[in-house]
Amino acid sequence: MKVAYWPGCVSRGFTPELHGSMALVAERLGIELVELDRANCCGAGVIAEHNQELVDTLNARTFALAQKAGLPMMNICSTCQGAQSECQERLDADSAYRAHINEALASEGLAYERGVTNKNFLWLLVEDYGLDELGKKVKTPLEGLRVGPFYGCYVLRPRHRLGYDERPERDLYLERVIETLGGEVVEYSGARKCCGFPIVTMNRETSLRQAGTHIEDALDAGADCLVTPCPLCHLNLDMQQPEAAKITGLELGLAVLHLPQLVGLALGYTREQLGMGKHIASTEWVEERLATTPA
Amino acid sequence: MAEFHLKVRRYQPESGEGPYWQRYDVDLDPTLSVLDGLLQIRDREDGTLVVRCSCRAAICGSCGVNVNGESTLACKTRLSDAHAYANRRNGGEEPIVVEPMGNMRVIKDLVTDMEETHWTKIRRVTPWLLPEGDPPEREYVVPPESMIDVTQSMACIQCGACVSACLSMEADPEFVGPAALAKAYRFVGDPRDAQHEERLYDLAQDPHGIYDCTHCFGCIDACPKGVAPMDQIMRLRRLAADVHGIDDVNNGRRHEAAFTKIIRNKGTLDESLLLQESYAPGVKGKLKPSGGAIKGLIGSLPTALRGIRTGKMRSLSKLIPGVHPKLPADAQESVEGIYAHAEEHREELNLYIRGEEPDEQAPEEAVEPEPDEEADT
Repeated sequence: MKVAYWPGCVSRGFTPELHGSMALVAERLGIELVELDRANCCGAGVIAEHNQELVDTLNARTFALAQKAGLPMMNICSTCQGAQSECQERLDADSAYRAHINEALASEGLAYERGVTNKNFLWLLVEDYGLDELGKKVKTPLEGLRVGPFYGCYVLRPRHRLGYDERPERDLYLERVIETLGGEVVEYSGARKCCGFPIVTMNRETSLRQAGTHIEDALDAGADCLVTPCPLCHLNLDMQQPEAAKITGLELGLAVLHLPQLVGLALGYTREQLGMGKHIASTEWVEERLATTPA
Repeated sequence: MAEFHLKVRRYQPESGEGPYWQRYDVDLDPTLSVLDGLLQIRDREDGTLVVRCSCRAAICGSCGVNVNGESTLACKTRLSDAHAYANRRNGGEEPIVVEPMGNMRVIKDLVTDMEETHWTKIRRVTPWLLPEGDPPEREYVVPPESMIDVTQSMACIQCGACVSACLSMEADPEFVGPAALAKAYRFVGDPRDAQHEERLYDLAQDPHGIYDCTHCFGCIDACPKGVAPMDQIMRLRRLAADVHGIDDVNNGRRHEAAFTKIIRNKGTLDESLLLQESYAPGVKGKLKPSGGAIKGLIGSLPTALRGIRTGKMRSLSKLIPGVHPKLPADAQESVEGIYAHAEEHREELNLYIRGEEPDEQAPEEAVEPEPDEEADT
């Protein structure tokens, strides 16, 4: 399997462990990542507030780069998925609009043609790679590990735009992956809620109250850790966790794993190899729990 | 006919007891609605069950409830769909779960008090036209396209489903909220109104206004009428920040402006620079930082220090704002060209108005007829 890989900005910024762990996991799964190293930021919903045409053109450029490589696109960020799907919906809906947008891409020899395939690693894993295949690669089953799924809004809503008409179970995939890896799914109320990150610089209190509440709910439900396919959720749930604890007055302390890290643990990589030492909430207990053998 | 199981959250404040679950079975045509199910229970099995409804046709907006955790109208949700959704994980005989709407006080059973989080907030945005001068002798004349633009927000039936689904309001009950902000756009987008800037200023400066929406898209999925309140909130932000240049105290405009500028100059996001520029933009912002900027920067210090300690932020490009690498020169030039093109045209495509073109690649498919919403059930 070969994909045009868009890692997004945050996986190379404040969550470098995500980019690194994806590379390791892809290698062991046999997914060839052709990185779109000339592509630009998706706008993360912020540029859309400034100028809709601008964000549509920026993402049309990324899609066109993938189309030029002749490959389907894969991302590792819920926010990239949602922001790009929003632009794709408009670009695919109207040929005159698409032609107007393509004018701005012509100087680089690019053009976006309707219908790019763009999937988050989570979707690709379940729909294209297959859970049976994933199960065969498991070396260290995550036995007894109690994992709470945390999706991130941008791969959940709006359902129509995100392909739920054809794939109505996309909001159950994290649970299935956790089970395939041998872990135990923890049900808690925050799994499909918002981490609060988009307003952390505008209304810090509301933002961190959201993050803190979900962590507390997961702890109450007995979770050992959360897993998320979204690095922006990771920033609010992990990096800001001590601040969320201050604002909510709660005693927190819950590891938050990126999806490739959870997969990587089951594939036999160590906590260190997966960059989990870079997290703010401690992951040191993971080694003991799983008795991981070095890859 | 088919049998459906409903699990209803009940609450009678006069009993002095807390809420509890009650299970009912109904035998109905699967194409009928969850509301039909509730009404059959009330008529035949349990006259004490309290439900609010009127038109039964998704017009009056009275029967907002949560079905299987999703905010919706009971009359617009088919029993068969609700049953399938409730059972998609276990595939068994899980009941359809019906609860009162969220973010509201429950009066009794499925009836909520919409005053505090819905109606008060609707009044908060001055939901009437504020034209300038004397009214014209005859009718107002406005271009049709500007009225088409506000039709989406005018489609609201005040059911409260979006308020119920709002995850920002769950964390901040003072948030003005999706229904009221969509209503605000209905007037900000109306050329007859003379207070556009005042309305925008008011909602941008309010810490619980347009910049308190966290982009969760919950309101878009919940709305039974396709109002897409979050899209209207993003329009309000675009107008406030970029058309009227309102420099709000919440960092909304500065955050958006800094983000947009960084991508023009670098192609991908320089997070350190974004933090710095969101709070204290440019040389002026650094020489004379506002109180909010100092507070914001100091507030983010402990997080940065922790990031350095774990190695998350231990590289020059993450430590020093501005060191973040650009895209290759020719790619960067293309991004700048895209900015020039888009800033010149600023086109907006509203699919609610324009609709989607038929797919020329796929063969024509027979469209299944939807039951007429307004037909008498």
